[in-house]
Amino acid sequence: MSDTTPSAPSQIAALDAEALSLESVSLWRITWKRLFRRKSSLVGMGIILLLVFIAIMAPWLAPYDPLQVLIGIEDVKMRQAPCIHLLGCPPDQPQHLMGIDGNVRDQFSRLLYGTRLSLMVGFSTVTFAIVIGTVLGALGGYFGGWLDNAIMRVMDVLLAFPSLLLAIAIVTVLGPGLINALLAIGIVSIPAYARVVRASVLSIREMDYVSASRALGGSTAHILFGRILPNALTPLIVQGTLGIATAILDAAALSFLGLGAQPPTPEWGSMLGAERNQVFTAPHLVFFPGFAIMLTVLAFNLLGDGLRDALDPRLAHVSK
Amino acid sequence: MMLQYILRRLLASIPVLIGILLVTFALARMIPGDPCRALLGEKATKETCDRFLREKGLDRPIPEQFAIYLRDVARGDFGNSIRFSQPVTRLLVERLPTTVELSFAALFVSILVGVPLGIISAIRHNSWIDVLTMVWANIGVSMPVFWLGLMLAYVFSLLLKDTPFWLPPSGRVSAGMDTTPFYTVWNLTLPESGLGRALPEFLSRLNILNALLTGNGALLRDSLRHLTLPALALGTIPMALIARMTRSSMLEVLGQDYIRTARAKGVRYREVILRHAFRNALLPIVTVLGLSLGTLLGGAVLTETIFGLSGVGRILYDAITARDYAVVQGFTVVIAIFFVVLNLIVDISYAYIDPRIRLN
Repeated sequence: MSDTTPSAPSQIAALDAEALSLESVSLWRITWKRLFRRKSSLVGMGIILLLVFIAIMAPWLAPYDPLQVLIGIEDVKMRQAPCIHLLGCPPDQPQHLMGIDGNVRDQFSRLLYGTRLSLMVGFSTVTFAIVIGTVLGALGGYFGGWLDNAIMRVMDVLLAFPSLLLAIAIVTVLGPGLINALLAIGIVSIPAYARVVRASVLSIREMDYVSASRALGGSTAHILFGRILPNALTPLIVQGTLGIATAILDAAALSFLGLGAQPPTPEWGSMLGAERNQVFTAPHLVFFPGFAIMLTVLAFNLLGDGLRDALDPRLAHVSK
Repeated sequence: MMLQYILRRLLASIPVLIGILLVTFALARMIPGDPCRALLGEKATKETCDRFLREKGLDRPIPEQFAIYLRDVARGDFGNSIRFSQPVTRLLVERLPTTVELSFAALFVSILVGVPLGIISAIRHNSWIDVLTMVWANIGVSMPVFWLGLMLAYVFSLLLKDTPFWLPPSGRVSAGMDTTPFYTVWNLTLPESGLGRALPEFLSRLNILNALLTGNGALLRDSLRHLTLPALALGTIPMALIARMTRSSMLEVLGQDYIRTARAKGVRYREVILRHAFRNALLPIVTVLGLSLGTLLGGAVLTETIFGLSGVGRILYDAITARDYAVVQGFTVVIAIFFVVLNLIVDISYAYIDPRIRLN
């Protein structure tokens, strides 16, 4: 008898597991479906895939070493305009798709390598900010009281500064450099994540399944990280994707001002900053790095917006 | 009721202001190196340094130093700049107007273009004008301010040279332009120092305001021409954000029953859009406006660097590279306070737009 009919609790558990797996599969499937239906998010994803491909394949795609000065190697002049054979540049001249920069290096190769740095900047600062922001927001939201008050007041103060200016001030203290710039942008973006996580935790901690877990004797860490946080992930994913866009933009701005990546590192912001006074004489040196920044930021913004709409339960009817 | 709400919001911003002062104080103390040798040079003797530390109160315990700092800031004393050998307050009066004028011009441009574009997009939902606006808005949100500024300068100052569309690529006014302050024109005598002098001087450096007050048409035209490119560059991101938010907020409101009712009872379409729909769609738009202020002030630093404007951004950048700590500290505090005040205005306008907020 006991072999054929499982006991009541285990039956319920099995049903629960089934329901849960059904639920989670369908949620993600719906999200994907909605994401793929939007042209703008498809464009965003396409550009991001292309950028990742370029970043990985940079050594094979780049025709030159990004740091190599071409004086004495090729017959090229400083800040020479692009030479593209297909567009009528004489074939006896070496091809440089985006011209030559102020230090006689191939701009196209530098731009390709710059993709690596920009993606790295976006992902690393957002990861840093998400980890710290999540812990702070979760602790504040779960425990409430003075801890919550203290954390959120500090976040309020951080938010009271315009983010780029606070990042500039932090870099002043830490000293210019790429790592310090990343740290500054990371610190500045913590409040956004802390707030998002806190808001989710506040609403989730009152749910029945959390009370059930508590009644079953689950530890605080288990309840917080095993039960509450996985269910607070959705807004975090959206915020994180949009955050990558902001981080790349801010890092480029810091490098443009000379506070981030230092020469000769091929970083888009610093490439643009180095040649900004040449905009009237060599506009290609300003145009291409800026366009690359814009395109990358645009891609993450499009994907972030798409994710937000796809994960928004209020728009559920759209998927039917 | 409204007054009570304003007072409550004012009180709530006091802890944030103290926090701002604490952060800037801490940042200045965390800067590596000895403050005496940073200010007086590497060759300062120990006696000079001891006297310097005593005079500046830097030999006292940290909490006491913070109290002294608070007292100085309350008096409007931000110390002296080593690079410019001037009090920081003096530099603020000189440089802040450029940034304030630029930020307000950018905000003005972004609202003037963003709101109508958003409304038209919502009314003509899914039309070519809607699609075009949204493509443009997505690109606008992702635009690096510094790049856009340089590209605008390239197009309007170089490519369009010798055409009526030519615009100057740098500066606030043309050389030789008459910028006599309004108080001189009005024959006012200002006190030697203090707020009575600083405020009129500050206002007179807002070129457009000064031109309006003195009826100086040439200065007005010249300032506006100089301001156009920086304001366009700086205003693009907020403009795109506002257009997007206006559109989605209007779309939501236009789907409501009361809009259909208003239409059904024969209210003119124009009136339904502007009085019934737009008023109710305003709240999220104001929110986005508030959020853009930070971007705007941060972007001002970059815009000023590109267009050769000697505003707050430019001086902050110079001060950082020269390790001029008093200037960094003073300007950061003032910008943060400016930011808090602007956000306060946004909050108060919420309550004005939506009575439910002030009643809660």
